[in-house]
Amino acid sequence: MLKKTPFHERTAELCEGESWLDWAGHLSANSYELDHSHEYYAVRTGCGMFDVSPLYKYHVRGRDAMALLDRMSTRNVAKCKVGQIVYTAWCDDDGYIVDDGTIARLGEDFFRLTTAMSLLYWLEDVGFGLEVEIEEVSQEQGALAIQGPTSKVLLQQFTEANLDELKYFRIIETKLAGVPVRIGRNGYTGDLGYEVFMDANDGLAVWDALMEKSDEYKLRPAGHIALDMVRIEAGLVLIDAEFMSATNAMYPIQRTTPFELGLDWVVNLKKSHFIGLRALREEKARGPAWTTVGLQVDVVALEALYARFGMPLILPYHSWTDPVPLYADANKGRYIGKATSGTWSPIMKRYVALARLKPEAAKIGNSLHIEMTVEGQRFTVPATVVETPFFDPPRKRA
Amino acid sequence: MTEQYDAIIIGGGHNGLTCAAYLAKAGRKVLVLERRHLVGGAAVTEEIFPGFKFTVCSYVVSLLRPEVIRELELAKHGLHIMPLLSSFAPMENGDYLLTHADDSSNYHELRRHSKRDAEMFPLFNQMMYEMAHAVKPILATVPPDPSAPGLRGLQDLNYLRKHVQGMSKKSFHCLTKLMTMSVSDFLDEWFETDILKSLMALNGIIGTMLGPKSPGTAYVLLHHYMGELDGAFTAWGAQQGGTGGVSEAIASAARSYGAEIRCNAPVERVLVKDGTAVGVVMENGDEIKAKVVASGCDPTVTFRKLLEEKELPDDLVSAIDNFKYRGSSGKVNLALDGMPRFSALGDDASVQCMAEICPDMDYLEKAYDDAVYGGFSKRPFMDVEMPTANDPTMAPPGKHVMSIFVQYANYALDPYDTRDAQRDAFGDAVVNTLSDFVPNIKDLILHKQVLTPWDIEQRIGLTEGNIFQGELTLDQLFFFRPAPGYSDYRTPVKNYYQCGSGTHPGGGITAGPGRLGALEILRDGNV
Repeated sequence: MLKKTPFHERTAELCEGESWLDWAGHLSANSYELDHSHEYYAVRTGCGMFDVSPLYKYHVRGRDAMALLDRMSTRNVAKCKVGQIVYTAWCDDDGYIVDDGTIARLGEDFFRLTTAMSLLYWLEDVGFGLEVEIEEVSQEQGALAIQGPTSKVLLQQFTEANLDELKYFRIIETKLAGVPVRIGRNGYTGDLGYEVFMDANDGLAVWDALMEKSDEYKLRPAGHIALDMVRIEAGLVLIDAEFMSATNAMYPIQRTTPFELGLDWVVNLKKSHFIGLRALREEKARGPAWTTVGLQVDVVALEALYARFGMPLILPYHSWTDPVPLYADANKGRYIGKATSGTWSPIMKRYVALARLKPEAAKIGNSLHIEMTVEGQRFTVPATVVETPFFDPPRKRA
Repeated sequence: MTEQYDAIIIGGGHNGLTCAAYLAKAGRKVLVLERRHLVGGAAVTEEIFPGFKFTVCSYVVSLLRPEVIRELELAKHGLHIMPLLSSFAPMENGDYLLTHADDSSNYHELRRHSKRDAEMFPLFNQMMYEMAHAVKPILATVPPDPSAPGLRGLQDLNYLRKHVQGMSKKSFHCLTKLMTMSVSDFLDEWFETDILKSLMALNGIIGTMLGPKSPGTAYVLLHHYMGELDGAFTAWGAQQGGTGGVSEAIASAARSYGAEIRCNAPVERVLVKDGTAVGVVMENGDEIKAKVVASGCDPTVTFRKLLEEKELPDDLVSAIDNFKYRGSSGKVNLALDGMPRFSALGDDASVQCMAEICPDMDYLEKAYDDAVYGGFSKRPFMDVEMPTANDPTMAPPGKHVMSIFVQYANYALDPYDTRDAQRDAFGDAVVNTLSDFVPNIKDLILHKQVLTPWDIEQRIGLTEGNIFQGELTLDQLFFFRPAPGYSDYRTPVKNYYQCGSGTHPGGGITAGPGRLGALEILRDGNV
């Protein structure tokens, strides 16, 4: 039996296809309309509203709260100012990634941690002997991600806080439609956007208020299909697609390090200590075995492949996250990695993928071959290593 | 000192800009000369009423060639086409037909009208996809002259022959029917529901001075099925910010490759020396020199206005003078104070998609009858798009713009005394008819822009206001476009080329003529 989020009363009414995903034990809509296109475009042209309540949420308080999170995080949490949010990863002792998430510093000794996987046991282990109070508030808090170009003007209608002053990866405590909320200027879409956290009991009030203005600001509730497409465009990694948590991995080969994920920028090797530091230093010194990059699939070659079967080009209608092999040559002579997620980007008109590659094959501009299946037969088509994020509008940070 | 360019493009419509972008991308020094204050031709967005942006003429996108989007990296330059997933067609009896993006919803909706049609609908679409797939390679082919094809033409014809031979017998017969029948007869073979047939027949008559019962209209239907978006046939979309955004994206791409675009720069004529184009003369008398000149204007402007008759052979002169324009449509753009409500949907629901005023087939044919001898339809067919249902950039929050494509409107002044009287009567007919289906529309109108075919001609420069630069009937397509023997983008004047919708593959925002024209210019190697 899956749990319902604080917004379920509304989302259930809207979910035309009853198509739900199990997200951390909660019912979470794949799409609201039968076709996800409106939801996808809303994020890029109006704004999409995602019910992200199933995220695990922890409040960490006390004299040693910062010390705990810093011990866990690959980043320097001490540098995170009050009112700031940082994206970070955390690893096991061997430097393999356990999960990624955000840490928001709500007060001098008060942090909020959001994660994809439950983490209470980990936090308690790491916090052993420290003076901290760890409270899991996943069920007590509802969360909405309002993402897209009109998100700022929409939310501004409902709050006295000046959202122009709320910079990228900053967070404020305010009221939205009369409800006490925390608004963070962050998200998982690579667009201008906000994450709004509130008491679960206030969820519907916020939802209803925003939906009142949905026509004016082109706000649409959006589901997982749209979210996965935009996060790939934004070049953001996803658990169970780009990596498996080290705590879930049954076999060593399933584990991944932050360097292998291309998350070098969140690993601070100058820190005196964090879990996995020693292993990551060693890995850095010898060079990681893998790296994660962006790929662009050659659709002209793919079209020619379909033409061999007398078929027009068929592009994936939504994203995929099943691994696809990559080769150095068209004849599959040398395996060099796997594509981990991919999508046709309707906004960019490009077929893009995230890929885990051998570092020697990962230079920008390098061409390689990706397996593509047409009519049950496996072929390869050329692909090129390109920069990520694939889609990176200035408004994201502006 | 006279300015010197490698290439001058006359007309900054979307095809002229495309041609310029391809030439500039190939390293040529290119100048685009546009008569108006903004680029785009018929694909423009203008703020006609403060705060409200109108897609003045062209309003939706489907046929834009994917290779152009790719090769010019238009997405990077601001091309954002949002899909229009469904159509809504109210009926006179208060019922309606609402098509959906998914097959299951379509089945249930059609079943309300006819169980048989609900089952036939996917089969029909499947057949049309097959036809579109069969005909699609033609869109990217320079039309060969079958009477004197040359080696390359033979190769192309052979490729097309092989492609068509790959079709099943049944499909080939169907293709032949599409080429010859009226859209009404063709649909009668498939369906019994009138509202379904009239809704589908629209694409057979748009931009054409023919009724749904006129032979040849079935092909125009197929032409519209060839539009594709992200690999899916028949997908229609709306550019964010209006179709002007498509032109802006192409212009931005052209500039990024180094092309120069000059607005408020009307060209008087092409400068010809010993049968070779050497530049242009501007209306202000300035001369600008170039190694090649290309015209994105329609065939009449390209040949009869920009050139002197003595430069052209007689057969071409008569072919161009016989070329059919016969603008058949007008446009009414409304700035609205709120959301219009269709009575068929009740008070709560709003239309998020295209709405089509085409309640039955006879309505369409009568609309044609009304206008065929002059004037316009008393109760016209309307293709209603409300971009502000999804696009926040075109009107203030809570307000809307409505783009109404109206057919039929005859270019001829008769039976009116003045163009103003004609325009007023036309605008009233449109709003009155619409108010039968949208009772609150008159209360919502903040501003109304009315364009008859004559206004479109005056404003955009399209002869007789034809939105396709010439009708898209079979006798004016492929190697007949614009005239037999002159369909390969060249002209009798050396180094003077065509690159407008008056050439293959024709009208609509395809960018096909601009691309193919540019590639032929480069192939000739004179620049």
